[in-house]
Amino acid sequence: MGAERGKNIEQYANFVIMLLIGIGIGVLAVVVSAILGPKKASRTKLMAYESGNDPEHGGVGTGQRFPVHFYLVAMLFIVFDIETAFFYPLAVAYQKLVPFAFFEALTFVLLLLVGYVYVLKKKVLEWA
Amino acid sequence: MPDWLAAALITLLKAFLVAFALLTTFAYMTLVERKLLARMQIRYGPNRVGPMGLLQPLADAIKSIFKEDVNVTLADKLVYTLAPIVAIGMALSAFGGLPAGPENSLFGEDPWVYNLNAGILALLALTSMGVYGIFLGGWASGSKYPILGGLRSSAQMISYELGMGISLLGLLMLVGTTSFQGIVLWQAQNGWLILFQSLGFALFLLSAFAETNRTPFDLPEAEQEIVAGYLTEYSAIKWALFQMAEYVNMITASAVMSTLFFGGWKGPQFLNGIIPGISEWPIIWLVVKIAFFLFLFIWVRATLPRLRYDQLMRFGWKLVLPVALANTMVTAAFLAYRGSGGLWFLAVLSLAGLVALLVLSDRVRSLWNTPTIRREDEAVLPRTRPAGGD
Repeated sequence: MGAERGKNIEQYANFVIMLLIGIGIGVLAVVVSAILGPKKASRTKLMAYESGNDPEHGGVGTGQRFPVHFYLVAMLFIVFDIETAFFYPLAVAYQKLVPFAFFEALTFVLLLLVGYVYVLKKKVLEWA
Repeated sequence: MPDWLAAALITLLKAFLVAFALLTTFAYMTLVERKLLARMQIRYGPNRVGPMGLLQPLADAIKSIFKEDVNVTLADKLVYTLAPIVAIGMALSAFGGLPAGPENSLFGEDPWVYNLNAGILALLALTSMGVYGIFLGGWASGSKYPILGGLRSSAQMISYELGMGISLLGLLMLVGTTSFQGIVLWQAQNGWLILFQSLGFALFLLSAFAETNRTPFDLPEAEQEIVAGYLTEYSAIKWALFQMAEYVNMITASAVMSTLFFGGWKGPQFLNGIIPGISEWPIIWLVVKIAFFLFLFIWVRATLPRLRYDQLMRFGWKLVLPVALANTMVTAAFLAYRGSGGLWFLAVLSLAGLVALLVLSDRVRSLWNTPTIRREDEAVLPRTRPAGGD
């Protein structure tokens, strides 16, 4: 058990190394490009894209508002992703727990389906 | 040199190799994609720079490094710079967990960078992090088109990530482990999982197309839609890093599909009769399978029109999600009550689901639904020859 656990921790260390390499390559590319490229900034060049006009309601923190749909989708995603997170352990251990686990899973899915149908009926998922 | 240091150095080397291989594949993927698209449209692709255009990726890379790195005035400087780094970092590290061969087969080392026993969870977590790169990049640009593009793109990606996660549940119930190596070994014993989870695979494939922002779901970055989405204000290498992340995600998705559904690094067993041990050769089989899926990505891009945004979201929430849940529950019921029935019955069930899905799809339905002529149309048509004249 101890050796197994040590091996696992080693794999997580490897994971961190891979992550560092990935991010390091990104940093390197950005730095190299910042050094090598020409630097001739001008006011027009630094303007935001808006066909030559100054953008209205454009910038960060100018209080532009967005359709509430995006928030709703994000919240639904959180709910259903938590469902997935609960389902993963059940799925992995499923064959040891049948047939009892089947009813557990069914109850869980049915409860979520009630919420899903409610969301459908409320037309949250309509984008017209 | 202590043991742990040697092991860490080897991992470092492997991580470098994986990242380098991914970046080279990305570079040549752009060339192959342009060439294949060209051939599908009966024209030549890039063929001027180098023999057969083989130096084109190099020329593109040099160009994008020596371009001016414009930081627009309205941008949030720190986040604007960090976003592409996050995108590429997560994309590159997601690939390292996939096994490319049996243990100790890479000159005595393991042919993977890390082998977590929660492999699939780590992969899904990394792809979720990729969404941050895209959304924050759009937000930090400080202009409304990128913000809208980033919002749309992140909403799309999280919606399909849900379908992706749930379409794997049936598979996990069958194999009972989340480690990639374990899944490959299960398939070596029982047959490729595409047989038993064809419906799950179809949903996973659809989600993978949407996850990587590829056609027909590529509207977050399509030039005809809101300018070019979250990429609008990016230039030089930062723009290239986003593209790189997309292509690397595509390669990763191909590798994941090969590993989960097509037997991973193991080749077909019957070839062992011709050349002994060929199905155990590391890397080569995985590369072949990845190449097949990459070709599929390009083929679809050349073939299908793009969806509208509302169609895209409807498809993800009203089709992929419920069908994936249904697939999970059917697999669960089968495993709970299969009695003496073998796995083949699950294969039949899954295939039936897939066929039902195909038959109900708009494209197939339109084959026997003759378009109805409405009364209004008929009124427009002239009934008789106009009076008078000759």
